[in-house]
Amino acid sequence: MVDFNRFTLANGLKVLVHEDATTPMAVLNILYDVGARDEDPEKTGFAHLFEHLMFGGSINIPNYDEPLQRVGGENNAFTSNDITNYYITLPAENIETAFWLESDRMLSLAFSEKSLDTQRNVVSEEFKQRYLNQPYGDVWLKLRPLAYKKHAYRWATIGKELSHIENATMDDVKAFFKKHYNPQNAILVVGGNVKTEEVKKLAEKWFEPIPAGEKYHRNLEQEEPQIEARQETVKANVPLNAIYMAFKMPGRLNSDYYAFDLLSDILSRGQSSRLYNSLLKEQQLFSEINAYISSSLDPGLFIVEGKLIEGVAIETAEKAIWAELEKLKTELVSDTELTKVKNKVESILVFSEMGLLDKAMNLAYYELLGDAALLNNETAEFLKVQSADIQRIANETFNKNSSSTLYYLTEEHA
Amino acid sequence: MLNRQQAPDFKQVSAINFIQPEKRLLSNGVPVFTIYSGEQDLVRIEFIFENVNWNRDKPLQAIAVSTLINNGTNKLSAKEIAEKIDFYGAFFQTEYTQDQSLVTLYTLNKHLHSVLPIVKDVLTNSQFPQNELDIYIQNQKQKLQVNLKKNDIVSRKEFAHALFGETAYGVDIKAEHYDGLEREALLTYFKTAYAPNNCTIVVSGKFDAAGFDLLDSHFGRDWEKSEVVKNAFSFSPTEKQFVYKEKPEALQSAIRIGQLAVNRKHEDFSGLQILNTVLGGYFGSRLMANIREDKGYTYGIGSGISSLQQAGYLFIATEVGADVCGAALTEIYKEIEILRTTLIEEEELNLVRNYMLGSMLGSLENVFSHADKFKNIYFAGLDYDYYTKYINTVKTITAQELLALANKYLTTESFTEVVIGKK
Repeated sequence: MVDFNRFTLANGLKVLVHEDATTPMAVLNILYDVGARDEDPEKTGFAHLFEHLMFGGSINIPNYDEPLQRVGGENNAFTSNDITNYYITLPAENIETAFWLESDRMLSLAFSEKSLDTQRNVVSEEFKQRYLNQPYGDVWLKLRPLAYKKHAYRWATIGKELSHIENATMDDVKAFFKKHYNPQNAILVVGGNVKTEEVKKLAEKWFEPIPAGEKYHRNLEQEEPQIEARQETVKANVPLNAIYMAFKMPGRLNSDYYAFDLLSDILSRGQSSRLYNSLLKEQQLFSEINAYISSSLDPGLFIVEGKLIEGVAIETAEKAIWAELEKLKTELVSDTELTKVKNKVESILVFSEMGLLDKAMNLAYYELLGDAALLNNETAEFLKVQSADIQRIANETFNKNSSSTLYYLTEEHA
Repeated sequence: MLNRQQAPDFKQVSAINFIQPEKRLLSNGVPVFTIYSGEQDLVRIEFIFENVNWNRDKPLQAIAVSTLINNGTNKLSAKEIAEKIDFYGAFFQTEYTQDQSLVTLYTLNKHLHSVLPIVKDVLTNSQFPQNELDIYIQNQKQKLQVNLKKNDIVSRKEFAHALFGETAYGVDIKAEHYDGLEREALLTYFKTAYAPNNCTIVVSGKFDAAGFDLLDSHFGRDWEKSEVVKNAFSFSPTEKQFVYKEKPEALQSAIRIGQLAVNRKHEDFSGLQILNTVLGGYFGSRLMANIREDKGYTYGIGSGISSLQQAGYLFIATEVGADVCGAALTEIYKEIEILRTTLIEEEELNLVRNYMLGSMLGSLENVFSHADKFKNIYFAGLDYDYYTKYINTVKTITAQELLALANKYLTTESFTEVVIGKK
């Protein structure tokens, strides 16, 4: 159970407070309701590049990191296709420094040319390090445009290509800031050894004077239902053949989300899971096999991916995956198996409450979903799922005509 | 009017409280250290075994035993073990480090009595079935092939091998080492290493007298002792070494440089940690400021010092654009040279002091982290005075002392320099 108090400032900024007196630390987490899905298709990777620029100094504070480190704090951020999330952890008695820093960069950045120059290079190196210079690193750069034809999920957060990052201009940066970085598009969570009254005072002092800005109204082109099987083959300098299968599934707010999460657990959570036992151990077709969901806000993907044992034909491996998926469509999952994945989820939720930062991030995310209190209903939602639900969604999801399959083959494999 | 240019007042971290463990012995003498917290209804139990009987011709024995230990006992198959553990929402994890093999159980308190017997069965009756071993060998060899395509991983392997040679710390694992694994040898290693006389238990979470009795009833008896020889290695400093593996298609090069240093037991260790922080141990470090934030050569660069039981070493690691690899190396050496010749300004040093104290406070997030802090000192043969001294050193070390440490340990003329990619 993660308790919290909640209030909204006059400029529209939502603030949540989680009091936890067991720690001497505090966390300030701020979620901006903007991700790669909000980008211009010709300027992709921008939300993430922008995240880097948020550390390049703000209007009144030339250096973001240094004053924070000076008070014993640390920070980081991440960008996804849906959101951009910034967080600070520091000794609770120095919490005001976090308010000072975070509010100033919401007020306005310094928009330094030097910072833009440097971060274009840094992000280009990040692109290389994570996507281009790793075996299989570019899979998502291939799989997304195969699975999505219209929706902005067709590109990854790093962007479609290096040139989009290299061509970013200061005008782009300023326009993006104005459009997305204001109190109405943000959720602030303060957690740890703090009191709500004190947080309220600090929020009013540092954040309330920031102009409300314009509310961003998202209007994304949605994907049309997929009615044809899609398949693509790529060859690369990798040692093993691999297969990636993507199926469309509903977005995070759909009531079936919990059933999908459990479905992926049944297939691939841990050494008792179906794919691991059937395909890796019994049939020995794969040396690695996984299933997971993308958990995105708009309709997402259910992914099955594996690396093949040398000498196994990719068609054989694919057929074996399908056999496991078909089984879920025709046979009900037993009570024992369903209880097993539910117990695991329940346990994970209890363990996740041991981390202050996790709690703060979760509160912000669930508030974005509509209500932070949803976080405390998670276990109940998972427990509601029945075997019949699993069978129903398996039937709705695992169809050739709504699948996108990527063969990622070694170059020698002609 | 709010003055946004004025930083708020702040305080340096004053008190850092460590939760110290309570020590009890199982009936067979196995020490159990408990760090208690009643916050959540859960517990973590770590069974920690020293790595023993090092045999350089069979370098994978301990690793393979660690990974395969839950792959079948004389009662339960691999699948049955996993199903039971998962059914109770528990987590059974194994970890192999250079010095130890850990078996860790995470469980909600309500399921402790159900999962402990399974762990007991695994720790005392594991069988390492041949078919499971065959699958392991096949899959690990495939994983190795993928890893050898990753420049950063290759740079780690080469660096460790250059420093530590044919020991558990440095042996360069190759496919044929997997082919050489034999079931009988694994069983022998298992019986030897996973024995009560080679075991320390560290418990963290809600764990009361009844929990201890339960633990004792399972692990305090019916567990055979063994004869073990703890791994012992000694290392001497090397001359300057260069390892360069060219990868013609590389977009980035992985750089890893460094050399042997001291471990936690040595009086210089805390000071060296501070020096390391200045150089490359945090986001505002000199290497990050220069090579990422000024030059944009990399997504990240860092330095570290590592404390093993029988050695310590320091390193600087990064992946940089292949076209700027030489320039990046020049800048790294330049930053080290500055630390050896120029005193750190008081302003920077104070920032680092505060940062490190905040970081230490933040690293004690929950009962598990308190247990980890205990393990750091206990297995180095130290007590909580170590942390008192560490905090004192962070607060009081002088720029002159850091300069002296830089000249003692950052001797680049004897560094090992590994580059994988293009120069």
